[in-house]
Amino acid sequence: MTEVTGTTWNVYDANTLTQAEIYGRVLCDLAEADARIVALTADLARSTKIGVFQDKFPQRVFNVGIAEQNLFGIAAGMAKSGLLPFVSTMSAFASMRALEQVRTDICYQNLDVKIIATHGGVSFGQAGTTHHCTEDIAIQRSLANMCVIVPADGWETANAVRAAVLRPGPVYIRLGRGFEPTHFENDDYGFEIGKAVTINEGTDITVIACGVAVYHAAEAAKLLRDQDGISVRVLDVHTIKPIDEEAIMAAVIDTRRILVVEEHNVIGGLGSAVADVIAASGKGCAFAKSGLPDCYSEVGYPEDLYSHYCIDGDGIVGQVRELLHREFEADEDWQDEH
Amino acid sequence: MPLSPEEIRSLQAKARQLRCDMVDVTVWAGGAHIGGALSMTDVLTALYYHYLNVKPAEPGWPERDRFVLSKGHGGVGLAAVLADKGYYSKDLLKEFNHFKSPFGMHLDGNKVPGVDASTGSLGHGLSMSVGMALGARFQKQSWRTYCLLGDGECNEGSVWEAAMAAHHYKIDTLTAFTDRNHMMIDGRTEDIMSLEPLAEKWRAFGWEVREIDGHDYAQIGAAIEGAQATKGAPTMIICNTVKGKGVGFMEDQVKWHYGSIDSELAAKAKASITGGAS
Repeated sequence: MTEVTGTTWNVYDANTLTQAEIYGRVLCDLAEADARIVALTADLARSTKIGVFQDKFPQRVFNVGIAEQNLFGIAAGMAKSGLLPFVSTMSAFASMRALEQVRTDICYQNLDVKIIATHGGVSFGQAGTTHHCTEDIAIQRSLANMCVIVPADGWETANAVRAAVLRPGPVYIRLGRGFEPTHFENDDYGFEIGKAVTINEGTDITVIACGVAVYHAAEAAKLLRDQDGISVRVLDVHTIKPIDEEAIMAAVIDTRRILVVEEHNVIGGLGSAVADVIAASGKGCAFAKSGLPDCYSEVGYPEDLYSHYCIDGDGIVGQVRELLHREFEADEDWQDEH
Repeated sequence: MPLSPEEIRSLQAKARQLRCDMVDVTVWAGGAHIGGALSMTDVLTALYYHYLNVKPAEPGWPERDRFVLSKGHGGVGLAAVLADKGYYSKDLLKEFNHFKSPFGMHLDGNKVPGVDASTGSLGHGLSMSVGMALGARFQKQSWRTYCLLGDGECNEGSVWEAAMAAHHYKIDTLTAFTDRNHMMIDGRTEDIMSLEPLAEKWRAFGWEVREIDGHDYAQIGAAIEGAQATKGAPTMIICNTVKGKGVGFMEDQVKWHYGSIDSELAAKAKASITGGAS
């Protein structure tokens, strides 16, 4: 497999650029080398930050106006004709307004269309619930053939976009609005689709996270180490599908307590994907999911919403402390697993 | 070049055979959307036996013309045509609708050779056709894209999103047809959700519009050739047709949108077709 990071790639500073801005720049790099790449959007060229691509390749941008169903249908047709379309719009529209086109035109036909879904979760906080999307991971991961990636930050976005080109078939990459803190210091940490990144080694409990929750989980782990002396493993499960079963089961066996944190409804997202793996394994563990408790999101600044829904550091700390004391039925031969 | 009288007679004979094939498949399938397959048969025949540049022995030939059956429930009709063209054996159609058959009532392009897009849910085909035509233009290829819509399908808002885009991008390599048989599942189009004035709607969206008798080969041929010669705009050919065309007892009957027929009724249907009705 071709490396997605390394000296051949331009490096973009995730501390000064948003995830979507990095997407635009990485797409420019990719398009230089691949004449099949075109970018599509539905009147969100500015919001989804494909402006740099538009400046460089004006003839390779198709802005279809405010018509998301048509957006994804056209992308399917272009892929059928041999192009490699990158489609960017807000996650709410990519996952709900145009769901049937994404499912039937793109996934059912197993076409090489890459979807860049911006403003995921509650990252567009003040815009209100219509412009939040706390359902998309559940929706997208139920589509056969679809690969679902939720990068932790700008660095991981760069890696995910590069990796998406190398992976045949549809890929859904969910980004925030762009003002989220970054966790990684560069893009050279060994990103691979379907392989979790161990952010922090730990033995008492594992926090599994995706998206912005990765940064907050890492912060929480430091705080718990310093204040409570608790050893917290943090896994960045950036790929929701195909999910890294091996990393999840290793965490279950090593730490026996699992907290999943995501900017999503607790139903159907990363938490459910992790629960599927654990349930199928037959192993018992203490397990909790953190996210929106099956409700529509409140309005507010994202950081206030992250705090409200316990997706931030303090919220994760509280839930870890609670989960550490939860009873669960252990297997008698548990030690044999090692 | 306009179709000659001899070519027209040949296409008419081919259409009679294809309609009989569709009746056979309907029997084998245990039921099919026979009414709408028969109404579009003459357009399909003109395309596949005269105008489309395709190679049945090489279904993925990159330079082929594309055909998207946006009214995907007409799959029983397209499947019969593709078999006759040699994309696969007609014998395979004996398994139509059966367990694990590649052929279901809405054709899967990943399973059926010659099907350029998987359709079935209405309102998807025109957007995909716009994408294909833009793809051809972007790659500086000269193949054309043809798309066949149902008239009831034009209730779908996404059809008009695609219509707007095709005009905006001035895609003159895109030719669409509306199989205007005036019927949908629940009744006549004008009773359920009126489409008229349909031609004016397409004109208002910036399309070159031609209205023809969708069973008259001279008109079908002239309309397609007119579309091929049109520059700077996509063309919509509204084909006025009769649902169930060719089978007397099915013609213009809402109940034959979808139906099943036994061998006795099939014989009667074929007699009606070969009796010269079309």
